[in-house]
Amino acid sequence: MLFRKSLLSACLLVPMAARSDEAQQIKIDNFTFTPATLTVTKGTAVTWTNHDDIPHSIVLTALGVRSKPLDTDSAFTYQFEKAGNFSYMCGLHPAMHGQVVVK
Amino acid sequence: MSIEQDRRGFLKCMSWAGSAMVWTVAGGIPRSQVIGQADAAEIGFSFAQVSDSHLGFNKPVNTDVTATFQEALGQVVAQKPAFMIHTGDITHLSTPEQFDTGAQLLRATNLQTYTVPGEHDILEDNGKSYLNRYGKGTHGDGWHSFNAHGVHFIGLVNVVNLKGNGLGDLGREQLEWLEKDVKGLSSSTPIVVFAHVPLWIVYQDWGWGTLDGGQAISYLKRFGSVTVLNGHIHQVMQKVEGHVTFHTARATAFPQGVPGVAKGPGPAPVPPGELKNFLGTARISLVTTQSPLAIVDKPLAG
Repeated sequence: MLFRKSLLSACLLVPMAARSDEAQQIKIDNFTFTPATLTVTKGTAVTWTNHDDIPHSIVLTALGVRSKPLDTDSAFTYQFEKAGNFSYMCGLHPAMHGQVVVK
Repeated sequence: MSIEQDRRGFLKCMSWAGSAMVWTVAGGIPRSQVIGQADAAEIGFSFAQVSDSHLGFNKPVNTDVTATFQEALGQVVAQKPAFMIHTGDITHLSTPEQFDTGAQLLRATNLQTYTVPGEHDILEDNGKSYLNRYGKGTHGDGWHSFNAHGVHFIGLVNVVNLKGNGLGDLGREQLEWLEKDVKGLSSSTPIVVFAHVPLWIVYQDWGWGTLDGGQAISYLKRFGSVTVLNGHIHQVMQKVEGHVTFHTARATAFPQGVPGVAKGPGPAPVPPGELKNFLGTARISLVTTQSPLAIVDKPLAG
């Protein structure tokens, strides 16, 4: 039994260690990014998906990244290679803010 | 009474809702009255305003924005205006197809059309897709002015560098151009300013206003009659400030939520069969007696 438990723990740890390869999702709904702050590890691809009836876009000012306008159910993915705090906003509605923390 | 005193005293602004109730503003005091078609027919020079056609939008609230835009243009043509202005968001996503549809529909009216871009018209190529079609003879991002029937018209662009909560912004270069543009005009010249985002702050939380709009208005304060026409918010709102009347037009595509009531500024659902009560156009007339300009909003239905 003891052996089995150890094996289970080891299995659970594997996905955690591989987290940098996993895609992370940010939802856009009613002019709001959710989660507002997302923490990921270096190399993570982050995908924003627009669930509103109006287009939005993603502007990562510090990285000089600007997505195309995202119509309903369209998505934009960016892979974060550097560590840091990256604020972003909607290019059409600058009141919409979010942050990706890369560790 | 001088011409300017006349204008100050009798600035009259009419908004025609579906119920055919009208409110007028005389000397800054609003009052409502019933108006019929006959009243509007007395007017001589008029031009039409269409706005927010959002060609390419296809969500449940309006799955055929081309048809409603076409219907709105049909109403405009029937009113025989001198020309038409489109206060932006001609397209929904700035695609070539959406611009082409807009150009075809506008051309079919045989009316001269003056435009300013909305933020949805400059989503591609840094706004070049708009300017390639509508930028001829304009300055900067597409601002321009012209004279018609003794009225000076000014088209401003306030969607290029959105500020804060998404507020419109004119910027220093455009403001300097505006100051020079009106410098040589007599104060009795009626002024019509049109831009996409309202020049006054309608609702800051949703970015419904222009950060430096007050600066633009300060250059126009000496004029006896200033009418500011905007779109963007997809509903009729009005404000009178001295000689300046601010007015927003309905969209031809879909209504948006009411500030302070709706949870967000996106497309607002409407009861089945009532969409056309929430869409429409505006006709603006030069009244040659005591009131220089009147605005009649017309919903698509009725």
